[in-house]
Parts: sequence; structure tokens; C-alpha cells
Amino acid sequence: MPLVYAGVCSHAPGITGRKHLVDQASLSIRDEFYKKFDEMRQQIESTRPDAMVVVAAEHFANFFMDNMPAFCMGMADFYDGPIEDEKWLGIAKTRIPGNPELSLRLIKSIMQEVDLAYAQEWKFDHGIIVPLHFLTPKYNLPVIPVNINCQGPPLTPLHRAKIFGEVLRRTFDEVPERIALIGTGGISHWPCTPDSGKINHDWDARFLNQFLNHDLKGMTSYSDEETYTEAGQGGFEIRTFITVSAAANGPGDWHYYTAELPVFAVGCTLARLMIN
Amino acid sequence: MSLYYVQKLIYQINRDENIRRRFDENFNDLLVDYELSDEEIHALKKPDIGLLYVLGVNGQLLMHYAPLFGIEWFDYLAAMKQGIEEHGPVRAGLYAMTGGGKSFAKENE
Ligand SMILES: [Fe+2]
Repeated sequence: MPLVYAGVCSHAPGITGRKHLVDQASLSIRDEFYKKFDEMRQQIESTRPDAMVVVAAEHFANFFMDNMPAFCMGMADFYDGPIEDEKWLGIAKTRIPGNPELSLRLIKSIMQEVDLAYAQEWKFDHGIIVPLHFLTPKYNLPVIPVNINCQGPPLTPLHRAKIFGEVLRRTFDEVPERIALIGTGGISHWPCTPDSGKINHDWDARFLNQFLNHDLKGMTSYSDEETYTEAGQGGFEIRTFITVSAAANGPGDWHYYTAELPVFAVGCTLARLMIN
Repeated sequence: MSLYYVQKLIYQINRDENIRRRFDENFNDLLVDYELSDEEIHALKKPDIGLLYVLGVNGQLLMHYAPLFGIEWFDYLAAMKQGIEEHGPVRAGLYAMTGGGKSFAKENE
């Protein structure tokens, strides 16, 4: 089975950039979260992937409102990151290997059903580099980035994120490479706004429950207005979870969540899905 | 109102080394290349982070602009809150999407 791992994780820049601002009483929670992230790395490594496809929700690093694709996949030899200030993010600048030949095969196949943009140049922002920092810390696994527009409205519709996930899965099944798929984003949060640190626990619990139960109907039922009001603009990033859920076609079998690290500005979430 | 160009300018300062150099060397000269109102130019130059937020600049752009002027994380958050108090609700862009641009800051307090 060419899709060997499917999971999701948070990517907030505070996770690495503001780790020193966690209050004394919460240090053990922070460290437990880091430990769980490392557990996820071990899970991924044990599936012996040839490449990691990261479905992200980047934040005006490569894509801006002058030319905003609904979906884009990288097709480069390498990717540099982080695009942000190293000190601000707490991650040193590095070069991550790609696999342009695999990208080309995937893109040609996906294009049969989805209007996918491609990019031969792509700089990783925190949306991808924070997950990689934990999940492939030696940066020795080829990565293929994917972006879904979760930032500049009009956003990619949720049901299109689901279809994209289904097409990704069909495409992965066609190639011999063993692929680990990681979605990164949300859930509810109000990053870099006056409400940074605010989280809607009930909304997170409801969405996470839908995600872990492979309830795609529930996950795609939110309007953007509703998500914005209840889950903040960070909630728009559920698109990445929906895509991974549709690709895995299975419920969760491992997860971690904590809302106790407000300086990270997100309910820190990790999950692995069963692949059916 | 030219929120698009305010955001484009900040985006390019954040991401384009040549634009960043022009920002460092002669900001006035760089500003001429963008369609900006006097209020926007004032907010960008001061910088008035609170006003930029109220004008609708996305936080994903603004949070990188603030540190260029030595504004630290918690001061950045405070500046946006102060901006709402001084200039009223967010006028355009994503944060004006629902609720007539009301911020969640008040409800949060
Ligand atoms: Fe994000």
C-alpha cells in the first residue's frame, strides 16, 4: 500500500519560536507535547516512507492575492526554509530535499481531476518547517509540499478539499513509492490578532471528534462565516485535516490534544489516521 | 482604500530581499511604487501597528512587519488592541468578514 502513513499536526510558529515564553507551571505540558511530536516521528519512520507529502496552509510566503491557487504542489529539487527570521521562529535556515520526478508523476495524475497549480520554487514558512523540525529533524527525507488556500478569501471550498484528498489517495496508490501524508493546521485559533491565545475548546472537541470518526460530512458542513466567528481565521486551516481524512479514508487511532499552551496560540493537536 | 497594496508592500518587504533593502535604505522612495492613501503611508511609516490592523492588514503579514521596528510579541498584540480603541473596528479585509468588523478583543476581556 503506497500510502503508508496519514496524520495531522499543528504548525503554529510559537511552538518553536515562543517556547521560552511558556509559563513555568506549563513547562511539563510543553515538554509532553514535544515528546508526543517525537512519538509521531517514530511512528512515521517505522513505516519507512520514501517521501513525505505535507499538505499545508501557508501564510503569504509564496502565494499572495496577486495570483492565489486553490491547490498547489511543489515540483522542486529542494526547498529552503524557514522563510521567517530564524531567531523569531527558533529554527535555523536549512535546505530540504524534494523529489521532482515523483512530484511530476503525482501532479500529472492529480491534474486529470483537480486544477492543481505547481511550483518549481517554494520557500517553506512555519506552516511546513515547524512540522518538519519535529517529524524529520535531520531533513533527510524528501518532502513534497502541497498548499491549500486557507488564508486569502475566497478560500478553497471544504468539499473541494475532500475531493482533493480522494484524488491524492488514488494518485498515491498508482506510484511505487511509500508515501507519508501529513496535514498541518488549525484547529480553532486567532493567530497574530488581538485574540492570539484564544481557543474555542468546544469547537475543537466537536471538530476533532468528527475528524477522529472520519465524519467527512460533518467536517465539510461548516460555512466560512461560522468558522470565522466560532473558530477564528485559524479555523480555516481545517481544509488540511479534511484532505488528509479523505485520503486516509479511516478513523483516528492515535491522538494528542492540549489547550493548555496559550502562548503557542493554538490547541496543540497531533493525530494519526487508519488507512483504509 | 488600498488595502491590497498595503498588504502587498508588507508581503514584499517580508519576502523579497531587494524590496527589503529598498525599505532599509529609502522607505519613502519605495512607497512611491504603491497605490497608497495618506493614512496608509502614515500608518506604515510611523509605524502605527494598531491602525494597520484596523485598516485590515492580515496578522500573518503584520506580525512580521512589527519586529522590523523592534516591536516585541506582546507589544505587538497590545498595539492591535490599542488600535481598535483608538480607531474603531476593523474596516476591511478578513477581520471585517463578519460582525461588521468587530474585534473579539472586547468580548475576550
Ligand atoms: Fe497556520
